[in-house]
Amino acid sequence: MVEHGVLGYGSMPGTIQSIERAAAMLRLLGSAGRPLALAEIAAPLDLPRPTAHGILRTLREVGFVEQDRDTARYTLAVALRRLGSEWDRHDLRSRAMNWADSLAGSSGQEVLLGMPAGAVVELVHHVFRPDGSPQRLRTGEQLPLHATAVGKCLLALAPIAVPRPHELDLQRYTGRTMVAVGTLTEHLAAVRHRGWAAELGEHRTGVGAIAAPLRTGGGLVVGALGVEGPVEELFNGGGTPHPRLVEQLLNAAREISAGLGATR
Amino acid sequence: MSERVVAAIDQGTTSTRCLLFNPAGRMVAVAQREHRQYYPRSGWVEHDAEEIWRNVTRIVPAALRSAGLGPENIVALGIANQRETTVIWDRHTGTPLARAITWQDTRSEGVVARLVEDGRADLVTQLCGLPPATYFAGPRLRWLLDHVPGARAGADAGDVLFGTMESWLVWWLTGGPDGGRHITDVTNASRTMLMDLRSREWAPPLLDALAVPARMLPEIRSNAEVYGTCTTVLPGVPVAGALGDQHAALVGQACFAAGEAKCTYGTGAFLLMNTGPRIARTTHGLLPTVGYVLGDEVRYALEGSIAVTGSLVQWFRDALGMISTAAQIETLAASVPDNGGCYIVPAFSGLYAPRWHPEARGVMVGLTSYITRGHLARAVLEATGWQTREVVDAMNADSGLPVTRLKVDGGMTANHLLMQFVADVLDVPVERPLGSEAVSLGAAYAAGLAVGYWSDLEVLRGNWHRAAAWEPAMDPEGRRRERENWSRAVDRSYGWAPPPAPE
Repeated sequence: MVEHGVLGYGSMPGTIQSIERAAAMLRLLGSAGRPLALAEIAAPLDLPRPTAHGILRTLREVGFVEQDRDTARYTLAVALRRLGSEWDRHDLRSRAMNWADSLAGSSGQEVLLGMPAGAVVELVHHVFRPDGSPQRLRTGEQLPLHATAVGKCLLALAPIAVPRPHELDLQRYTGRTMVAVGTLTEHLAAVRHRGWAAELGEHRTGVGAIAAPLRTGGGLVVGALGVEGPVEELFNGGGTPHPRLVEQLLNAAREISAGLGATR
Repeated sequence: MSERVVAAIDQGTTSTRCLLFNPAGRMVAVAQREHRQYYPRSGWVEHDAEEIWRNVTRIVPAALRSAGLGPENIVALGIANQRETTVIWDRHTGTPLARAITWQDTRSEGVVARLVEDGRADLVTQLCGLPPATYFAGPRLRWLLDHVPGARAGADAGDVLFGTMESWLVWWLTGGPDGGRHITDVTNASRTMLMDLRSREWAPPLLDALAVPARMLPEIRSNAEVYGTCTTVLPGVPVAGALGDQHAALVGQACFAAGEAKCTYGTGAFLLMNTGPRIARTTHGLLPTVGYVLGDEVRYALEGSIAVTGSLVQWFRDALGMISTAAQIETLAASVPDNGGCYIVPAFSGLYAPRWHPEARGVMVGLTSYITRGHLARAVLEATGWQTREVVDAMNADSGLPVTRLKVDGGMTANHLLMQFVADVLDVPVERPLGSEAVSLGAAYAAGLAVGYWSDLEVLRGNWHRAAAWEPAMDPEGRRRERENWSRAVDRSYGWAPPPAPE
């Protein structure tokens, strides 16, 4: 019979010891029901304090453990409970709302928030273009991944959550829609490199958009924030979006992501 | 830096926030701190006024820091506050004699029962427009004078001051024991049950009825004028605006024309309609109140308050554990097509407008084995929709100005399913403005108007932009049937709690 540690995890051949220790710590913290001090974690796991401290610091960095600023005690992080469950679309909307409003205000354009939903992107939030014109709320609308900025942003940066380009039905909406897998794949590589996506009249003629990813802890992309409006208002003659607009978008996406637990 | 902004302090029920606004009415910075809620007994809810003041001294510099600005960039400071929360303090030391008694606290029910028993209810309502109720500050002040050692003697001697939260903050901002200005604004004063609604002055018969010494009361001032200059926190900056939070939202939502209405959805919901320069008589359980006084423009309003809206969602989350965040109630509610026949009437502390049944308590009806968590989530949200409908019906009847669209703000406007339901049951469009900080914006507007940062109300109206709109989409027959079911559910909530004994 193998001698087991306090949590039933002896060292097994072929495993990585520091990960075993980290797992044991998470179980210990999860079963404690109260914040634990460093000594209370190191002792039952039979670890020297510097070793335990190093592992805890790493767990804190990746967002699995939280440390109380006043007492220096450790608890499991809320983010850990989210593991294995996707982000609730309404949580995302409520976290994004203020920054989406602020983006609509500063850009003077419509703001969209999309999340992957099978082979399409679904709008979970929409802010009107603030010009008093009659508009309809687009929340719940489903958009093609390959022909919109929010969609292409997800294709490029959240590849696990959406189908791959060759699995998509690359329907043509306008003369500018990318309908060839090769073209689209190449385009997505550029989006991935740049970190944001643009669309110039590929879904509706004359309407363009740019979109940036929303990230949670660990950098995982859960949605895309987009600014949509007339192509001539968003882009210059050469088809490049106005730098100020890109900056406003990226700033809003960064602020929302920070609120979702992404490290800056 | 030459950027000039207006600062607003929103002293709310759970937190105090400082926001900075630019000329377009857009928020450029925000800082916030929560304060502790004290529940010493059932029905008692208190705040530590000193903690709230300390929080103000921290959040204002924090907001400035995050915007990279200093006091020299602030042209004026406005305050919006939780209304009816009552504090008394020593004018020589600035120390409160007791914790502040908040607007949710019902300990003054004995004081109120005594007023009614003495046959003073009509006098009260005629003068201040409000029916005697524990909701207002006056009965709370009477309770403090009767129960806090030294309060009555100190007040008679002129050593103890009374204020709602804006009075407390203005006094400290303008010097505290060293010459702090002891003022209140006309909207907060209109919620004390001590002010004559027509003259907008303290009403001696009401002070008599509640045995409140006049010398402890603050001076009543308009909503937009320089009350004094900050000696601390924002040294040199004029304190130039103050309004109760719901009145601030009316201004922030630019409801400047008679018939325009807004509803702020937070812990509770508060629907206010501008009734123009006249006081609307109510026979349907609404509260006539001062809308705002900006310069020489006096506007009255009708108010319908719903006690439990967002707090029902919190209860669903925290007490029942049905969801892990408030926003997830929409996900759960969207998992079913309708309420399955289930209705929740959240009369947790009685029913407010328009029914005013303090003895009612919450009920959940229509339960069958078919009902799931999703149906309960729907019933929770629909309760807010139907309560809004009842208030709007009363408002239409009393004001003669039918609500043709409703401007909404507050945290619950993030819930699109709820907003659609509100539009459906009201049968009018519901609109959310860009930036849902109507309360803080209204306080900033008042202060900015007072110092000429904004020239007039038309400029402010031009700052209002629609961010979302929900159009009614429910068929009339469905609306009629659901309304009837809701009414039958409400009937079952009546007469549960025993009546209070007069004190």
